[in-house]
Amino acid sequence: MKFLSQLISGISLGSIYSLIALGYTMVYGIAKMLNFAHGDVIMIGAFVVYTACVTGGLSPVLGVLLAIVVCTILGVVIERLAYKPLRAAASLAVLITAIGVSYFLQNMALLVFGSDTKQFSSVVSLEPVSLANGNLVITGETIVTIVVSLIIMIALYLFVNRTKPGKAMLAVSEDKGAAQLMGINVNGMIALTFAIGSALAAIAGALLCSAYPALSPYTGAMPGIKAFVAAVFGGIGSIPGAMVGGILLGIIENLSKGYISSQLSDAIVFAVLILVLLLRPTGIMGKKINEKV
Amino acid sequence: MKVKRIIALALALVMCFAFAACNNDDAQTNDPGMTNAEEGQTAENMTFAKEGTLMIGGIGPLTGDNAQYGNAVKLGAELAVKEINATGGINGYEVAFRMEDDVSQEEKAVTAYNNLKDWGMQMLMGTVTSAPCKAVSTETEADNMFLLTPSGSSVDCIEPDTAFRVCFSDPNQGVGAADYISANSLATKIGIIYNSSDTYSTGIKDKFVEVAPSKGLEVVGEEAFTNDSATDFNAQLTNLRDAGAELLFLPIYYTPASLIMTQAKAMGYTPLYFGSDGMDGILGMDNIDTTLVEGVMYLTPFIESSTDEATAKFVKSFTAAYPDQTQYMNQFAADAYDAMFIIKAAAEKANVTPDMEISAIGDAMKVAMTEITVNGVTGTGITWDASGEPTKQPRVAKIVNGEITAA
Repeated sequence: MKFLSQLISGISLGSIYSLIALGYTMVYGIAKMLNFAHGDVIMIGAFVVYTACVTGGLSPVLGVLLAIVVCTILGVVIERLAYKPLRAAASLAVLITAIGVSYFLQNMALLVFGSDTKQFSSVVSLEPVSLANGNLVITGETIVTIVVSLIIMIALYLFVNRTKPGKAMLAVSEDKGAAQLMGINVNGMIALTFAIGSALAAIAGALLCSAYPALSPYTGAMPGIKAFVAAVFGGIGSIPGAMVGGILLGIIENLSKGYISSQLSDAIVFAVLILVLLLRPTGIMGKKINEKV
Repeated sequence: MKVKRIIALALALVMCFAFAACNNDDAQTNDPGMTNAEEGQTAENMTFAKEGTLMIGGIGPLTGDNAQYGNAVKLGAELAVKEINATGGINGYEVAFRMEDDVSQEEKAVTAYNNLKDWGMQMLMGTVTSAPCKAVSTETEADNMFLLTPSGSSVDCIEPDTAFRVCFSDPNQGVGAADYISANSLATKIGIIYNSSDTYSTGIKDKFVEVAPSKGLEVVGEEAFTNDSATDFNAQLTNLRDAGAELLFLPIYYTPASLIMTQAKAMGYTPLYFGSDGMDGILGMDNIDTTLVEGVMYLTPFIESSTDEATAKFVKSFTAAYPDQTQYMNQFAADAYDAMFIIKAAAEKANVTPDMEISAIGDAMKVAMTEITVNGVTGTGITWDASGEPTKQPRVAKIVNGEITAA
């Protein structure tokens, strides 16, 4: 029973990682850049929901929709101001810029919202499912997060592989120059990628803070890094990989907390990551790319 | 040549003004500390049994980041001095108190200490923050000066024989918590969740685990988290629930504590919660769900709404004396207020007189401190051992109907 209960906690933590990792992997897969500010866009999304629902008194659905709109605009603006001028620069420069944007967002939030932790009100009103005389409880947040992650995963997969803008995105990710010659608006496609990634961040922010209702300007930072690990774990750039990587990471983290040591859990998680990368350098579901010489 | 001479004259004049201005500044910066000036005036109207003044110095941050603490200590101490003088002083002698600013920095604290010695300080009530206190205690050790820190909580603040403190040291909160839990039979099976990346939390936890068995408490599980993994506590909670913990001891700050309570509630686990003073502030979180924290208890030196005699008297006279500065009526003011009455109690026990040498006062006070028992605002039945650590019945706050009340 204890094992099942620890497993369920692991899945619920993992489903959050999956949801965040989907955003990471989406941007990496198309724009080939690590958007380290993703975790902080999540935090901004959560603050928008908090402000709309708690301070403004809007319904949770409206709050989340508003957050999606704000984050989408924010994502596109960040891309236009911070990343687009560096399109031709080395990838390291873009990476450092992303870290800069991350700190910028955190400090902006500190200025605007202050450093006090805020108690987030859950946007999920689903009742928890109680099994085995209340010894196993699956919260409404967990169920909603898993369902939402699955829907987003399938929708993204279909969008990228079946629709015209999706295929254009794939073309951009494979070869920017060739895509441009074929008449694809490369900058437009990358902006679209960021718009989608940031919209996902808004949803992730709302669900992250519903499951763990302490909201501060640093809320997004650590889950963002863990979700990045999950994305690498599953194979960065692979949409189903992000889902699988997130869930596995959550389960490993929780079982090592529950059965080995609550102090060492992070060390164990990263040790497993190293092991996986040694055996499968592209991650669990990552595609092996053979460079043609 | 003439022009040069005029310029030289002008420069000399400017210099004179500059010096004059400096002196003025000095006088002004010293002013807030010079309570003895006003005190002296009231003292003229008062009659003391004996000639002579006991000089007590104070050091703390009156400006800078921690000014909140220093100013609270200053107000609390001045209030106590006023009351002591109004009732005949210490051993019949008038008490003068002067507080110097250290901006919470070690070097400035040592300078302040030397300034106070020039002023004639015979005993030190300070310093307010831990790092300067450590630095100043090295100086007081050399002079064998009596030191009583109201709020320096780190262990090494009071290493000299003549150094004592009013507040609990950080780890000793573990003892206070174990005492309270066992004396009030709150529970016998205790689970602990602590922050292993924080010395404050680990120190309290270690001390609690050390003394728990002797108080009849069984620690059924110790679970850790770090600053980097302070979001998900389901694994720790599941383990503690399965181990049968009836009470969770949380020597941590209130943000992770609020997450622990949320997650425990979601899994249908409803233990009692007992925290350290880091829990103070949980009710101040924006949008906090008060049903979540209902019944939570934590150690704290000062509870404004407490109905005990000492606190009620302190709150009443503080609000009467400083109606515009009630924001300073906090644990620091309470610690300093207690500190002055503790000095009075010990000095009367030791029969300290103003004509004694600093070192002789130190020797007499360090013996007297171990012989007195003080009922103060920050705890009842406070006693000291030679190490300088207080033993007291801690104040415990309990959240009832969304209000902080004295348990």
